[in-house]
Amino acid sequence: MERFALAAALALAAGTAAGADAARGEQLYARCAACHALEYDRVGPRHCDLLGRRAGSVPGFDYSPAMKQSKLVWSTETLNRFLADPLKAVPGTTMTYAGVDDPKERADLIAYLGSKKCPITSRK
Amino acid sequence: MSSFFSIPNPNAARRLFLGHSGLVLSGAAVALLAGRDVLAAKSGDAKAGDARILNTALGAELEAIAAYQVGAESGLLQKPVLALALQFQGHHKEHADLLAKTVRKLGGTPVAAKSKYSFPVEGLKVQADVLRFAASLEQGAVSAYLGAVPLFGNRDLSKAAASILGDEAMHWAILRNALGENPVPVAFVS
Repeated sequence: MERFALAAALALAAGTAAGADAARGEQLYARCAACHALEYDRVGPRHCDLLGRRAGSVPGFDYSPAMKQSKLVWSTETLNRFLADPLKAVPGTTMTYAGVDDPKERADLIAYLGSKKCPITSRK
Repeated sequence: MSSFFSIPNPNAARRLFLGHSGLVLSGAAVALLAGRDVLAAKSGDAKAGDARILNTALGAELEAIAAYQVGAESGLLQKPVLALALQFQGHHKEHADLLAKTVRKLGGTPVAAKSKYSFPVEGLKVQADVLRFAASLEQGAVSAYLGAVPLFGNRDLSKAAASILGDEAMHWAILRNALGENPVPVAFVS
């Protein structure tokens, strides 16, 4: 029991949910490929260095007023809430997507996103 | 009428297949553009919400058009594949045109194409790289439209989005097939 609690605490400290599978998250990330990329902005902003970033803060990206004013900071918890129902979490967002219903899929996706750091050249 | 399954030549079958997809999209486009009464019955908030969804889709369609242009100009696509890529680009242009018109009809302002797009061109070395890149965009488009379909206040718009989704799914399947992959690996898309 103590061992499980320690593992869960370590996972939370690392910004991922216990049992989340980043490799599965990479496969799920294919769903995002119409609008997003890891290292450059597209219809949606880049996703590298996402955890800890304030929502609406990638320099030069044209965010919706709703996202800029959301005061969210992307963490496992805020991403989980947003991915479950983007329009409920941030009404007015231009991420007009119904959401990822399955909590395990969200956890895997967040684990993948959390593992992706920006190369030095794309950090601004 | 010829059956897709009775044509021995794959190219002829593909032409017939794609010809049918064009007919399906045109039907939905007409239905969408004819839906004035339904559009008029919706509240301002619902219209604004629908316009926002369409504008996000429009932004992705405009980027797809640009991506296919990069592929077409790369010099990496051989002739039958190049023609197919240009045909798919033409579909995306039709989608974008319809989406822009509908955004205007809803009282919104359609997003414009960006002056410059970022694409992973350094990774495009051979034809298969271009096809794989295009397939990833089409797969993402299928998921994006699937995620948009239930959000519309106007069900006619859901129907039109589903029609576009079907077209993107066919693009994705054909591109997978061209890459030697199972064109339809699962029974459901997500």
